[in-house]
Amino acid sequence: MTDISVDWASPAIADRVKKRHRADLWLKGGGMAALGFALLMLFILVASLVSTGADAFRQTHVTLDFDVSESRVSPDDIFKGNFRAIVNDAIEARFPEVTSRSDRRTLTGILSNGAQGAVRDAVFADPSLIGRSVTLTVPVSDPYDQLMKGLIKRDTPEANRRLKDNQIAWFDQLQAAGLVSKPINWALLSNADSRFPEIAGLKGALWGSFYALLVCFLISFPVGIAAAIYLEEFAPKNRLTDIIEININNLAAVPSVVFGLLALAVFIGWFGMPRSAPLVGGITLSLMTLPTIIIATRASLKGVPPSIREAALGVGASKHQVVLTHVLPLAMPGILTGTIIGLAQALGETAPLLLIGMNAFITSAPESLFQPATALPTQIFIWADSPERGFVSRTSAAILVLLTFLIAMNTLAVILRRRLERRW
Amino acid sequence: MAGFLMLLIVAAAAAGFFVNWRAAQVLRNGGVRLHSMTAFHGAYAALIAALPAFIFLLIWLALRDGAIMAIVMSGLPDGAYPADDAGARSLVQSEIRSLADGNVFGTPADYMLVAAERLNSLRWVGDVLMAFGVAAILGFGLWRARRSIAPQFRARQRVEQILSGVMIFCAASAILVTVGITASLVFESLRFFAKVPVTEFLFGLNWEPQIPIREGQVAGAGAFGWVPVILGTLVITAIACAVAIPIGLMTAIYLNEFASPRLRNITKPLLEILAGVPTVVYGFFAILVVAPAMRDFAATIGVAVSPNIALAAGGVMGIMLIPFISSFADDALSAVPRSLRDGSLALGATRGETVRKVLFPAAIPGIVGGVLLAVSRAIGETMIVVMAAGLIATLTINPLDSVTTVTVQIVTLLIGDTSFDNPKTLAAFALGLMLFIVTLGLNIIALRVVRKYREIYD
Repeated sequence: MTDISVDWASPAIADRVKKRHRADLWLKGGGMAALGFALLMLFILVASLVSTGADAFRQTHVTLDFDVSESRVSPDDIFKGNFRAIVNDAIEARFPEVTSRSDRRTLTGILSNGAQGAVRDAVFADPSLIGRSVTLTVPVSDPYDQLMKGLIKRDTPEANRRLKDNQIAWFDQLQAAGLVSKPINWALLSNADSRFPEIAGLKGALWGSFYALLVCFLISFPVGIAAAIYLEEFAPKNRLTDIIEININNLAAVPSVVFGLLALAVFIGWFGMPRSAPLVGGITLSLMTLPTIIIATRASLKGVPPSIREAALGVGASKHQVVLTHVLPLAMPGILTGTIIGLAQALGETAPLLLIGMNAFITSAPESLFQPATALPTQIFIWADSPERGFVSRTSAAILVLLTFLIAMNTLAVILRRRLERRW
Repeated sequence: MAGFLMLLIVAAAAAGFFVNWRAAQVLRNGGVRLHSMTAFHGAYAALIAALPAFIFLLIWLALRDGAIMAIVMSGLPDGAYPADDAGARSLVQSEIRSLADGNVFGTPADYMLVAAERLNSLRWVGDVLMAFGVAAILGFGLWRARRSIAPQFRARQRVEQILSGVMIFCAASAILVTVGITASLVFESLRFFAKVPVTEFLFGLNWEPQIPIREGQVAGAGAFGWVPVILGTLVITAIACAVAIPIGLMTAIYLNEFASPRLRNITKPLLEILAGVPTVVYGFFAILVVAPAMRDFAATIGVAVSPNIALAAGGVMGIMLIPFISSFADDALSAVPRSLRDGSLALGATRGETVRKVLFPAAIPGIVGGVLLAVSRAIGETMIVVMAAGLIATLTINPLDSVTTVTVQIVTLLIGDTSFDNPKTLAAFALGLMLFIVTLGLNIIALRVVRKYREIYD
């Protein structure tokens, strides 16, 4: 017989228990540290984006009088007017003491290239301005904007600074005259892309993403639901449906860049669809969203209790009638939730859009599905790649805009699920 | 034009539905017993008119541009472009297109102007034909549907047949996508392997795809051995896994076993946010915060690192994968039957011992499946590495060095390049094929492992 009596009070055993509990604590501590690390990274991610991106939501402007003389702009052809000269005159009039040619050229650099556009738009909207003087608030160019926001430090040695002492002095003079302001930067949303960070905006990218998502929705929503209904409600259990199912699961895990290759070879190469078009982007994204919607729809259809089906069948409805008029409406909240989540994923997808050329430099918003455009994530990629310092905060701001959309969509999905989903 | 026709199809479907529905109602109100309900007669008309017209429109739109261009090109005089040069051919095509759109640069040759005019007239003819085709199909469908209304007409069965057909097609479209992916990758890769031998691609130790595109251009000779590229991918994947697997597992264990329900409810959505952040954001995070921090740290301890340090890209990718692994591990741990846990605790094991010696071994298959899926994701992940990893393929496993990955090469080879005839572009498809095969293999194994594991307890 084995002797199993143990002296539980002995120090050896007490030590053992202590050791075991210590091991427990280690595991617990490690878990807490891991969770803490993940959350810390999330915090750093958000904090770094907010701290660099917040600057881009305000833009330094300067208010000047622009003399729109008839010698510069003819009322017959406003677009041919010499607005550059008007803008240069306006800033030079403020500094009559600056006379040397090179200084004057540096001086005109205070104003953004967007200033000409602002004056032209004003004159175009109201041709009666020609021959008069007009007071407008126009953006300053990027280095001065950075100076205003404190990103160019005054105490760095002049040689290492993008702005020389005299440039800073000019800007201070403007500021002392109360002409400099820092309004909310609506241009970030209402301007299209530009090479100049101070006037670059997201309008083109927002429209491009909207069009692409629209196409994606129009394709993947009906096709996904139809496919899911067939597989869940009608499909016989055979080899073919098995293959389809394995296929869908695998498609959900294919790297996104491969979908880009498919789109490039098939849609653009073989079918000759236009490059950079939101249409092609949308079709590509729909292929990636399809598995998500199918899987969500099937789960949702499964959630409808069999009693509903049996009751409808019992009163003489056909199988199709049961599904279309009873099961599908009841499953709709879940389907919509899955669709919104799928679209949110599609909105953040970048790699396939890069391959079909939606990273082109385009300075106007697309007006149709066939015109070249960028999308929000590809715009972020373009800006992140741009060397100008001003694009760093623009990139962060664009990311914040993208994240806002994603959070809004996911919140909508959660609300839909809470409000509409029934528990049986 | 296509948009207008789409509206026309919708309008015709609505009209057909209404007309047939009314006709069936009139019949029924006349005292006749109908086989199908009136709405099915309407739906039959809508489907039989709109569906063929819609399919016709899609096929027409897909084939139109290619066919018109082929006709225009066949009309060009001999010698307008070198017969076997696909690049010159596409150049001529795009010039004709821009001429047809009214953008004239310089003085184009006369035959080009003729071709542009021809393109425009063919486009017009094509549009007219398309409109007539759609209208004819709609008219015929409506006429046929209207004639079919009869008491004994089995409208419901017909409608259901058509719907079933549509649904089967939609379900099969998933296969179509896979076939499309495989076909395009294999087809373009075969063209690549016709120029570069397979053995050189698979076993070559040099990857220098910068080949001369124009004649006389100064560039490397071009080398297409993918070993350094896949090695770089593996280095970054290994770094990502080294970050994600321990942290993800520990997080899952903590949340599953130790955390209070309240903490769970707060932290799980936060982790989901981490999972929902687009990868382009992680890429920017890597170049904005992580890489500079690592460089500064390396500088303070006096280690020389490359500016595109692999550790930054891999580390950020690891952060991205933490929620992925933790949710898989969480599911696997939760799926272990309650009795195992209770039994272990009842024997006097501490919570930690229960996790380590009972739950974890039981959950291993599910966790392994999740890890495999995470590895496949890391290999296929694109944006983080495109933004934060290097471009030059070096044969190294040093995580402080700069490495490149398969996906980086695919993107850089294809950005801004349209012609499909040089090995540089085609190489991207060969890389894509390898990527597809590797990730597909990993996914299949992972799903097998997960499924097998489920069978044990169900």
